[in-house]
Amino acid sequence: MKPAAFDYARPATRREAIELLAGAQGEARVLAGGQSLMAVLNMRLAEPALVIDITGIDELHYIEERDGALCVGAATRQAELAAHPGLAERVPLVAQALPWVGHFQTRNRGTVCGSVAHADPSAELPLCLATLGGEVVLEGRRGRPRVVPAASFFQGVLTTDRAPGELITEVRFPLAQAQTQYRFTEVAMRHGDFAIVALAAAIRGEQVDLGVGGVADRPVVRTLPAGDGLDEALNEFAWALGAEDDAHATAAYRRTLVRELGRQLITEARPC
Amino acid sequence: MLKIEANDSHRVTLTLNGRERSGNARPRTLLSDFLRHELGATGTHVGCEHGVCGACTVRVDGVASRACLMLAVQADGRRVDTVEGLAGDDGPLSDLQAAFRRHHALQCGFCTAGILNSCADFLGRERDPSEAQVRDMLSGHLCRCTGYTGIVRAVLEVAAQRREQRQEERDDV
Ligand SMILES: Cc1cc2nc3c(=O)[nH]c(=O)nc-3n(C[C@@H](O)[C@H](O)[C@H](O)COP(=O)(O)OP(=O)(O)OC[C@H]3O[C@@H](n4cnc5c(N)ncnc54)[C@H](O)[C@@H]3O)c2cc1C
Ligand code: FES
Ligand code: FES
Repeated sequence: MKPAAFDYARPATRREAIELLAGAQGEARVLAGGQSLMAVLNMRLAEPALVIDITGIDELHYIEERDGALCVGAATRQAELAAHPGLAERVPLVAQALPWVGHFQTRNRGTVCGSVAHADPSAELPLCLATLGGEVVLEGRRGRPRVVPAASFFQGVLTTDRAPGELITEVRFPLAQAQTQYRFTEVAMRHGDFAIVALAAAIRGEQVDLGVGGVADRPVVRTLPAGDGLDEALNEFAWALGAEDDAHATAAYRRTLVRELGRQLITEARPC
Repeated sequence: MLKIEANDSHRVTLTLNGRERSGNARPRTLLSDFLRHELGATGTHVGCEHGVCGACTVRVDGVASRACLMLAVQADGRRVDTVEGLAGDDGPLSDLQAAFRRHHALQCGFCTAGILNSCADFLGRERDPSEAQVRDMLSGHLCRCTGYTGIVRAVLEVAAQRREQRQEERDDV
């Protein structure tokens, strides 16, 4: 339960971090909050030659509103986003989801971008980003930063569109739209555990964008009717996710949760 | 930019419970091991070493953090507070420790050091926590022998005591 040996670097700037990462030819790992990576290193599931600690990069430590989105830099912790004034009005979905992300103690160190980079299929922040149609900003050694929509960024279990030489510098959560209600809920074995099923909804009148985490290999979003036809649409969605049995829950239970919890979430949130 | 090669040992100097301490660490040395083995501060316990049990929780610059998920070199130059610092040298127990004792909030004590550190950070931020908030904060810790009821009571009692104290101090002015 101790990491294998690695070189350690703590760059002071974004540029330095990108140079190191690009120069390491896939042998380096970025260390952000360490709340997933350190466990991986301790269990020797990964043995990188170089660990690049980005927590000291001040220019990546920010929460800013720009072009209709809340932009969060890669050194920003989950607890800092949760405490951001006005989060509940600006990006209510994220405000509701954050208390479900691990625990008080892990949110103190875990970063927002680290969660997106890690891309656990049950993780709440990737689910919010996908449901809201947010973006991930990636920077490599050459060329301009790539801005990738969440829908194409998440590609599978712990698998993303990020190239080994790229740093995620920012994620962008679209700001709340008028006439839209945002709702989040999940079921886990214990509070703070990874979700068995997590649901995020953006409800606009007769339509809802419903995102589901914890079932497929990545967060999946579909637009469904919020009123008539909801039950059939939810049932179809639940089957389309291709749930599988695992140690935590059966596929049938997951489908039931998508149907039942989905209906509760969507119908209870509707203005009467 | 700071760079340390895998087999180099780096001098780490931190403020442990108010006193400057230093020791050597390689990049792969965990903060939990550095505290215990290098500095001899064995009050910080180690259970799972993957962030789940909470036994190793310390405060880094005041913020409750898992010491098993931090590298010792990351704590260089920082303030680290552990259970040893709560009571002061042979002093009386802190209000939090005394409440744990009163409410039988520990048995074997394995989980206690970490829980006390989380509570210390939490109560500094939440002056008037609800029971639900306290339980949520405690969800980051596993206690395998006492059960959480006594712990919840102790934390709520300390929060109430501190509020009263602050009120009295205000009244005195
Ligand atoms: C007990 C416990 C419970 C948890 N429960 C949950 C939960 O319920 N939901 C949840 O979503 N998470 C949960 N987590 C994980 C969460 O806390 C992590 O914070 C998150 O998954 C990773 O963020 P991090 O900043 O800690 O990243 P790290 O652990 O530092 O990194 C994670 C991965 O992303 C890469 N990476 C990080 N930042 C970047 C970047 N800027 N550019 C490129 N690559 C990068 C790293 O190289 C690594 O591969 C839990 C963790 C623990 C210990
Ligand atoms: S030893 Fe660190 S959380 Fe268990
Ligand atoms: S008191 Fe024994 S594990 Fe908590």
